Amino acid sequence: MKPAASPPTDPARRAGSGGALADNEKWLGRVMMAPAILYIAALVGLPLLLALYYSVSNVTVGSAGWPSYVGLSNFRHAFGNPTFIRAVWNTIFFAVVSMAIVMVLGTILALSLLKDFRGKWFVRLLILLPWVAPISLGTIGWLWMFDSVYSVINWTAQYFGIFGKRTWPVWLGQPTLAMASVITVQVWRLLPLATVILLGGLSSIPKDIQEAALVDGASVLRRYVQITEPLMRPIALVALLFGLIFSFTDMIVIYVLTRGGPFDTTQVLATLAFFTGIDGGDLGGGAAIALFLLPVLAACVILILRFARKTEVT
Amino acid sequence: MATVTVRQLEKRFGDVHAVDGIDLSIQEGEFLVLLGPSGCGKTTLLRMIAGLERQTRGDILIGGQVVNDLPPRARKIAMVFQSYALYPHMSVYDNIAFPLKAQGVEKRSIPERVERAAAMFGIERFLKRKPRELSGGERQRVALARAVVREPSLFLLDEPLSNLDAKLRTLARDELKQFQRRIGTTTIYVTHDQIEAMGLGDRIVVMSGGKVRQVGSPQEVYDEPEDTFVAGFLGSPPMNLLRGDNCTVGFRPERFLPLLAHESQEGLVPLWFRIDRVEDLGSARLLYGSLHDTFPNEKVIVSVPFTVHMDFTPGEVYEFAVKEKEIKFFDKETGRRTEPRPFWVRR
Amino acid sequence: MSAKRGTVTSPAWRVVHFGAISAFVLFAAFPFFWMVISAFKQTLDLMNPNNNPFVFNLPPTMVQVKMLFEGTEYTKWLWNTAWVGILVVIITLLLAVPLGYGLARLSGKTGERLGIMIFLTYLVPPTILFIPLSRVISYLGLTDSLWSLVVVYPSFTVPFCAWLLMGFFKVIPPDIEEAAMIDGLSRFGAFVRVVLPVSIAGLLTTIIFSFTLVTQEFVYALTFISSSSKFTVSVGVPTFLVRGDVYFWGSMMAACFIASFPIAVLYNFFVDRFIAGFTVGAVK
Ligand SMILES: Nc1ncnc2c1ncn2[C@@H]1O[C@H](COP(=O)(O)OP(=O)(O)OP(=O)(O)O)[C@@H](O)[C@H]1O
Ligand SMILES: [Mg+2]
Repeated sequence: MKPAASPPTDPARRAGSGGALADNEKWLGRVMMAPAILYIAALVGLPLLLALYYSVSNVTVGSAGWPSYVGLSNFRHAFGNPTFIRAVWNTIFFAVVSMAIVMVLGTILALSLLKDFRGKWFVRLLILLPWVAPISLGTIGWLWMFDSVYSVINWTAQYFGIFGKRTWPVWLGQPTLAMASVITVQVWRLLPLATVILLGGLSSIPKDIQEAALVDGASVLRRYVQITEPLMRPIALVALLFGLIFSFTDMIVIYVLTRGGPFDTTQVLATLAFFTGIDGGDLGGGAAIALFLLPVLAACVILILRFARKTEVT
Repeated sequence: MATVTVRQLEKRFGDVHAVDGIDLSIQEGEFLVLLGPSGCGKTTLLRMIAGLERQTRGDILIGGQVVNDLPPRARKIAMVFQSYALYPHMSVYDNIAFPLKAQGVEKRSIPERVERAAAMFGIERFLKRKPRELSGGERQRVALARAVVREPSLFLLDEPLSNLDAKLRTLARDELKQFQRRIGTTTIYVTHDQIEAMGLGDRIVVMSGGKVRQVGSPQEVYDEPEDTFVAGFLGSPPMNLLRGDNCTVGFRPERFLPLLAHESQEGLVPLWFRIDRVEDLGSARLLYGSLHDTFPNEKVIVSVPFTVHMDFTPGEVYEFAVKEKEIKFFDKETGRRTEPRPFWVRR
Repeated sequence: MSAKRGTVTSPAWRVVHFGAISAFVLFAAFPFFWMVISAFKQTLDLMNPNNNPFVFNLPPTMVQVKMLFEGTEYTKWLWNTAWVGILVVIITLLLAVPLGYGLARLSGKTGERLGIMIFLTYLVPPTILFIPLSRVISYLGLTDSLWSLVVVYPSFTVPFCAWLLMGFFKVIPPDIEEAAMIDGLSRFGAFVRVVLPVSIAGLLTTIIFSFTLVTQEFVYALTFISSSSKFTVSVGVPTFLVRGDVYFWGSMMAACFIASFPIAVLYNFFVDRFIAGFTVGAVK
């Protein structure tokens, strides 16, 4: 701030706290934002750059000093590793299938929650539980339900005669079933988020549009296809993209349930990066694996931003 | 109490010239009203004087001192916002006491001063309440009490009455005027309501497009508009402005009466008025039509008081008249006032 | 399907509606229900595949819960979680509140773009960052220390909370700040003495969110911490009560339920704000 043209002798000048900075909007803004931005730069920006560098270096957990550049050998190594190839496909399968199911179920659930009914708040609380409880702990509940010997799911299915007396699937121990199980749990924990986002979108559709259609004599299905769905599409995409980001990058469900097993059939990039980088001590290799998540992530973010702009226009 | 002087003041937002070179000087104790259509820069001008907005160019002096670089709190002003801007989390008492506390006024004197300010506006009963528990009119009084409590040298008010209903507004206007007379603090008041401006102001500043069009007493700006903008802005319905060949001619709707309704026939200019439509407002009748043989293509509105008992039939032509000195002449190009250029045939 | 308030619904629809809702509730809440049942069963009851698992075949017992608190480091983990949570909340407030205000009020158009960028950093997942961060942590000498979590967790609480707070600050009428400045405060003083007291709800939301995000975090804690006495609940229970071949199912279920239910209920009160933050982040 420039010094006052005619220096004030006014005591009021001192009345508020602080001097020129406390009044200068531009600088005050910078000073207030700087600590947080530096913090984020140091703990998100810098590690991101480090991750890029590690993926082309020979860094290990024990290595001291500045790791040396090894070119694309980590990536070559990864591509030569069948487990890695498998993990790439598993990741895509896991994320896409989970989100497909989440979107369908989420839409149905949101539509059924749109109507007011008695005890709705309690139903909402119960439906939100999987999202609001610590994920790793909720997943342990499933671990117990999927137990190889004492699975309550198997017991119930047999009791009602859905499974034969001799069939006793080992949910987490058989390749196809294991993937189905982790997807189930992923759906379980993402469904609440998707539902609430979709519900927000649904309730923001103006009532009179729906009513106009009702007066025009449109059937339930026609109303959904021609009115609700198009109006919902932007917000549904938001739910979808966030869900995809979570599913592509998350490792908690798989780590707790199967640790990537059996025979790597549920191994995804996130868990593989962890086992390679942290348990195996090969930080460079782990970083290279984790980095394969980045393009997917970037694509999602770009899509989010594009849709953000589109919805702003309408 | 203070004088305020504004020199060559300018404010740009990008390419918008919100305030475009204004010179003004306000005397001690004066009640000055800034009047103009929406978006003409009134609020911006007021906010620059308050120090909430930094001018692009020009100087502001309060009490003879340049305050360009002083933050708002150092300008010894008080401001009442259109929204009242009461602090929602504080009681009425704390709201009024806030300026005192913020300025570090001696603690012991605070309760007494708050109570005095509250008494001035009759809000002692509400001191314990929160702003949201008050009606619009009560809030407005709290805002005024908060403004006067530290005895500022300058009052700034930005459409403080616009959130009140019509009846309350008239009442509050009256109270405001009396109150300002009593304490005699220099006051700048922003409004786009001309009735408010006429009723309150010692002087009115008519603005448009970031510029001052005219400064003067309510009578001056009403009776002697300096240009077509001011003429067309004030009055409802506003002055009739008729474009002639060499100048624009203007007269007020209520000054153009049937020839026989004029008290004296001295200095009258009679004109043929052809009536198209009649609107009865109760207190007056509005006649829409045109000046049959002088300006056949220009619409003219006439306001005839209810005291004139005459029947007007649409489609008929009547003889009306206006006093010669009530006719204003404006330059066709610039819109500024010019000397009279008779356009009628003297009879 | 889209039956709305006031419209007449046929009984058939109502049955379908009720059925759908019940199925979803069962799916969502059953694991938690199951935790509660299992926590109070005797081990012999749990470990008999012929027993009906839905009823208490043997009388309920507190043994499992007792054993959780007395035989494991569970209380230590709860305490660790609370301790890290509180420190992270403080750091988050100190960083995110000024950032949110700066974005909302002091930086104009740049602020909008900056705000979106900061929100996007929230989306950078721990899975990409944990490897380089593990080196940073060891470089700082914080390996196997709770301080490592205190340092790292604000990296995801700050962006999100700043974003939320920005929303809160934006809806406060600027008039009251300006009134405060005229009444004798500086720009900064108006923020501290008027804006903050008015934003109590926003600050409370920030506190709850930072705390629950901390209790949910898994990957960083798993990576940086190795001794059992330093785990947080979300990592301690799955790692230390599962490892080896002996599963203390009863105690584990008790552990999960005790830690997650209060957090879930607390979070539930604020989840709408959280979602609003999400969708605004995306749609605005
Ligand atoms: N912060 C701003 N950024 C950009 N343009 C602005 C800003 N504030 C005002 N303007 C523009 O400056 C011009 C004058 O605005 P101002 O608010 O002073 O008008 P006003 O005379 O008070 O109008 P009203 O009677 O509607 O309150 C307008 O065109 C407005 O759009
Ligand atoms: Mg205005």
